[in-house]
Amino acid sequence: MQVKITVNGTLHERDVTPRTLLVHFLREDLALTGTKIGCDTSQCGSCTVHLDGKALKSCTMLAVQADGSDVQTIESLAQDGPLHPMQESFWEKHGLQCGYCTPGMIMASIALLENNPHPSDEEIRHGLEGNLCRCTGYQNIVAAVKNASEKMGG
Amino acid sequence: MATAVVGSRIKRREDPRLITGEAKYLEDIKLPGLAYAAILRSPYAHANIKSINIDKAKALPGVLGVFTGKDFADVNPLPCAWQAGGVQNNANTPRILEIDKVTFTGAGVAVVVAEDRYTAEDALELIEVDWEPLPVVVDAYKATQPGAPQLHENAPNNVCMEWTVGDQSAVDQALHSADIVVKQHILNQRLIPTPMEPRGCIAQYLAATGEYTIWMTSQAPHVMRLLITAFVFGIPETKVRVISPQIGGGFGAKIFLYPEYCLMPALSKKLGRPVRWMETRSENYISTTHGRDHITDIEVGAKRDGTITSLKVNTYANLGGVLSTIAPGIPTTLYGRMLSGAYKIPNIFCRVFGVYTNTGMVDAYRGAGRPEATYVVERAVDLVARELNMDPVEVRRKNFIQPEDFPYDPIILRGLKYDSGDYDKALDRALEMLDYANFRKEQAEARQQGRYLGVGFSTYIEICGVAPSAWIGLPGEGWGAALWESANVRVHLTGKVVVTTGSQTHGQGHETSVSQVVAGELGIAVEDVTVQHSDTLGTPFGYGTYGSRSTAVGTVAVYNSLQKIKEKAKALGAHMLEAAVEDVVFQDGKVHVKGAPDRAKTIQEIAGAAALAYSLPQGMEPFLDDTTYYDPPNCTYPFGTHICVVEVDPSTGSIEIKRYIAVDDVGNVINPMIVEGQVHGGIAQGVAQALWEAAVYDENGQLITGSLMDYALPRADFFPPFELDRTETPTPVNPLGVKGAGETGTIAATPAVVNAVVDALSPLGIKHLDMPLGADKIWRVIQEHTNGV
Repeated sequence: MQVKITVNGTLHERDVTPRTLLVHFLREDLALTGTKIGCDTSQCGSCTVHLDGKALKSCTMLAVQADGSDVQTIESLAQDGPLHPMQESFWEKHGLQCGYCTPGMIMASIALLENNPHPSDEEIRHGLEGNLCRCTGYQNIVAAVKNASEKMGG
Repeated sequence: MATAVVGSRIKRREDPRLITGEAKYLEDIKLPGLAYAAILRSPYAHANIKSINIDKAKALPGVLGVFTGKDFADVNPLPCAWQAGGVQNNANTPRILEIDKVTFTGAGVAVVVAEDRYTAEDALELIEVDWEPLPVVVDAYKATQPGAPQLHENAPNNVCMEWTVGDQSAVDQALHSADIVVKQHILNQRLIPTPMEPRGCIAQYLAATGEYTIWMTSQAPHVMRLLITAFVFGIPETKVRVISPQIGGGFGAKIFLYPEYCLMPALSKKLGRPVRWMETRSENYISTTHGRDHITDIEVGAKRDGTITSLKVNTYANLGGVLSTIAPGIPTTLYGRMLSGAYKIPNIFCRVFGVYTNTGMVDAYRGAGRPEATYVVERAVDLVARELNMDPVEVRRKNFIQPEDFPYDPIILRGLKYDSGDYDKALDRALEMLDYANFRKEQAEARQQGRYLGVGFSTYIEICGVAPSAWIGLPGEGWGAALWESANVRVHLTGKVVVTTGSQTHGQGHETSVSQVVAGELGIAVEDVTVQHSDTLGTPFGYGTYGSRSTAVGTVAVYNSLQKIKEKAKALGAHMLEAAVEDVVFQDGKVHVKGAPDRAKTIQEIAGAAALAYSLPQGMEPFLDDTTYYDPPNCTYPFGTHICVVEVDPSTGSIEIKRYIAVDDVGNVINPMIVEGQVHGGIAQGVAQALWEAAVYDENGQLITGSLMDYALPRADFFPPFELDRTETPTPVNPLGVKGAGETGTIAATPAVVNAVVDALSPLGIKHLDMPLGADKIWRVIQEHTNGV
């Protein structure tokens, strides 16, 4: 099936099989491998992207369902040069170790701040419950999101 | 700058590629002509394979090949590289695809290779297997009992090995003469490591040279190459190059040689295409190793004053349906030999049965044996305190090994001695953070109000920086190789430094911490150091990263090379300065004449002169380049105190962690930020075992917790912020004074939490609870005890 999906500002017109997951479309068809796959039950959030401005687990959607949509992946954040404040904060606060959950975690955290620019620690923890991290115990992820909120004028 | 860089919170050098999504993990690698493999796994826990029909699968368009175990009958089974020391091991290991029989759900029996992954998965559905199901046993104790289904002909009663440590008769005597003896049945449940990146492998065979390149999610690429070539394929080691690309966590599960890491190269050779296999999470849960799973009975004897005199432990360690690479070593060397904990216990005896059951393979998971030992010891101390109605803190202090006792020989470590420690100091600091006296008052008030508030302690010790080769190797502890670590340091003509290491980093930040040590020693910028690793081409052989050994062993190898490079730089610097080598010093990145700091040559100038070699002292070779193979003289023994405060809601059984305090001593610290991160993550995994995680098999050997829908991996809102501090007692074992920080949190946390919950519920007469302490279990226990009161 033909789809037209804008990804990171570029319109892509592709022929995809109907069962292709959006995450596979991004990774395999567009070679945007920053978005990760950590499970097969939509639990881990490693595949989180933004679809029309909202955080979405890209393993829960078919590429054909994203037809006509505007998708932002981790690759969009620093494509003009400087790091996004959320990326900077994850770096500064040691909010990552193995890095595998990180692209999804950063995309989810940006969406979290868009909905709530001044989150408390508890709100951050609650807001990120859809994203699993096995390395950090989440403590420095919370610190990173808090730091980004301050940087972004929250 | 030269000295300050070690010990400072430098932002990690590996992070820019990770936070931008540019890092290439295994599944991000695409080769021209890449084909995709999918594996058919046994739906039965115990069954004979009568026949497999692959015709329909082969006929599916897009399928390149379908193979079964019979196609690889000439390939050796995988090796078991760490068998329990000093005893008979009835070893049974996986084949790259099983041929006649399976002993656990998830064993691979057939493989499809196709043009794309979707087609490969479709074709799996078309393979027809005629199974003959057999009786199943999943419990390690039951498996040893008469009448249990037998998994392997060479392992009567399903016992792989029976191993002991200590003097049984002395322990029996000591228990007999003890003032009190407490007995307890203790379960340490099975866990699933769950690195966020599952496992995967890509292999490319070149027919012209007979060489393989294998990319795999491995914590130990050099060891993988050795095992694949020398043991499985029987080809020269030089025919294989193994590359671990960016690795998304391991926690032990990525140490081992798995069937797929041999199957992909075999497929690439058959098909003439590069082949990739990437595990799904559900596949990961059944086919990748699990951890823990002990059934234990203890008897602990003590005097009335709280002095512990004896500990007797009997453990059935579930090893799964076949042995993973180092499975028997975990519940023996790394468990039985650590049962003295931080205490002077004069009489210890431990018997371990390693048992086959119809469950997934069990091997090292973060902590690997030490969490199980620490859980036994720290529960035992609390049981003694409870029996004697003493403060558990006082019982701990009473039995602590004292600073003047080091090096301390706990006897059961077979000659190794605890290196250094000040256990009271860490305990004191943690109690201060808690405000212990005040807490007990608060607890008393809470109990008056019918609230269940509790505190738990874990004054743990562990063993890391494994290990002296002669101690752990075949004649001693049964490890089938050596366990030194290697490093090469080169200072290039431009003054930039390249370090290659046999260690493998998969989240620990070695690229940063190693750079800090290099920068500190050579007096150069961290940015001028590049750390290369994880590719057998171009790095010296190394045993890989596990057992918290990469700093205490791997980085010491780097440090030792740096000393040799500094010596050479001094000799060349003196030559350049026309001074005698005795008259110069190496300081802050320069060689200068003593008393005349302006008469100096920078390390960059010296490196340039060494590389150009126009004028070298007589007999000196060009270039600043040194390789070290460092075999540690001892392991290292981090310690500390973890304290958990909980409140149990009796109406729901739910447990709130109110505070979590950790004071760890990992020796000297290279980067406190990284160490804290390791401790945070470790605590999370240890707490998760206490409260939530459990791999559960039903009686048919089906994994009930077979996906992230069912396995309770903790989320951000499960935890309070952890309160951390450190004491620093350098180890005398290595010149950096570092002990290792990768596993302390996991080892320490589990008993702290369980001790806290038992303390909270002690007014009900509860003395022990088996993990995980889910709300349903706790609610039932409270009901039973309340109704009984």
